Amino acid sequence: MPESLSFGIDPITAHAWNKDRTKLAISPNSPEVHIYHFQRGEWKLEEILKEHDLKVTGIDWAPNTNRIVTCSADRNAYVWTQSEDKKWKPTLVLLRINRAATCVRWSPLENKFAVGSGARLISVCYFEKENDWWVSKHIKKPIRSTVTCLDWHPNDVLLAAGSTDFKVRVFSAYIKEIEDRPVSTSWGSKMPLGLMMAEFSNSTNGAGGWVHSVNFSSSGDRIAWVGHDSSISVADASKGMAVSVIRTDFLPFLACLWVSENRLIAAGHGCCPMLFEVNETGKVQFAGKLDASLKKESSGVSAMKKFQSLDRQARTETNDTSLGTLHQNAITSVCLHTGNKANATKFSTAGVDGLLAIWDFNNLESAMRGLKFN
Amino acid sequence: MAKNTSSSAFRKIDVDQYNEDNYKEDDCGESQSPPNIEALKTVLRNAPISSRNQMVKDAALNVVMQVLLSVKSSQIEEAVNALDRDHLDILMKYIYRGFETPSEGSSGQLLAWHEKVHAVAGVGCIVRVLTDKKRV
Repeated sequence: MPESLSFGIDPITAHAWNKDRTKLAISPNSPEVHIYHFQRGEWKLEEILKEHDLKVTGIDWAPNTNRIVTCSADRNAYVWTQSEDKKWKPTLVLLRINRAATCVRWSPLENKFAVGSGARLISVCYFEKENDWWVSKHIKKPIRSTVTCLDWHPNDVLLAAGSTDFKVRVFSAYIKEIEDRPVSTSWGSKMPLGLMMAEFSNSTNGAGGWVHSVNFSSSGDRIAWVGHDSSISVADASKGMAVSVIRTDFLPFLACLWVSENRLIAAGHGCCPMLFEVNETGKVQFAGKLDASLKKESSGVSAMKKFQSLDRQARTETNDTSLGTLHQNAITSVCLHTGNKANATKFSTAGVDGLLAIWDFNNLESAMRGLKFN
Repeated sequence: MAKNTSSSAFRKIDVDQYNEDNYKEDDCGESQSPPNIEALKTVLRNAPISSRNQMVKDAALNVVMQVLLSVKSSQIEEAVNALDRDHLDILMKYIYRGFETPSEGSSGQLLAWHEKVHAVAGVGCIVRVLTDKKRV
């Protein structure tokens, strides 16, 4: 059974863990960020970060430098650092955008972060020591609509962005002021800031949908994305940018995450995390539902059930309004918990139902023994 | 009388065609199953999704509706199983467009189609009707 923590009735719009997973930052669909600390067997609210004016849309916690970055619909981002008295102090970052920020991600080396926005651009921000402030550089072309999701390549330079213009693009976010020239990768060798290394369309043969989430695999060669047309796609730069798509039977996914070089998790409006696998030929395949709990789904209404419910609860309607899955509403975000993208053992999901669940592959494997893996 | 007996063209008329009591061979339109499923496949394969011409699309819609409404309820499941995922997506789009302009008894038949397509292709198929920019 996955471990689940309830944070009330408000939807959890974003969540992030600290390095040793003893602290959790979540935003309950408001301008606030709540920091929880695991002490003596339970999660206690440690601090509330109140600086944003409008809803917080993204949170990311840098594990090694222990800094939190938050972005909001108020067009701002703050970098929070913990002072000696353990309180979090904000530093404003001028993103220079005239629309809401939608998502934020620290780079793997934590020397910069990228913010996607409705202003049709990505702000890549780094700390300028001379002036003691955060500076942002923009990546604009050829993004034509809101950037909805971001993910960094392990080389700390390349950035993948999904957008509501139905495209997924890989850009170079190389900042010459703070880093050395990157070595060439399967995505290309020349990487000046803002250069688009690859572009993928989420609308092959007419079917389209906004891109909700994008994720680089641990090697950086593969990139997966999920779209609102209930599709999941994987592109492989080491195989000539070959793309494999499945248009699934499920409701659209909102988040995806690689858990090994060949397996990924996707979760979303279906309220259930799904496992997908990429086989040797590069084709994506559905591998199974990870939520085998509570089989309350019954296709028909039996006469016995009807009379039982009438007898016990004076209720003539036998329609149970609760879902057969752990999450009772859409899952909005998925984060790595234990392990890394090459080999993850636990991951966390947070949803519109205010629930945060931690899924353990070791427990799930036994439940999934009946499923075949290629 | 002398005028019209000079021509013998009347001998070449096929009088049997004017006889109402003639024995007629059974029309092959009676047994519908294989031709209709093939018709459905053809019509979905040639669906004008990329066309900008509204008249072409309307004409195609009429043809698809004819095929859908002519398939017997018991054969719908067989027809649906014969289609692949892409065709099922296009079929679902036509089902919803058919709902928009109901005719006598059409909605009931379309609902039967909808149920069978949903059983095979799930909710993802319906989501793609909503998100697809290219409409039928």
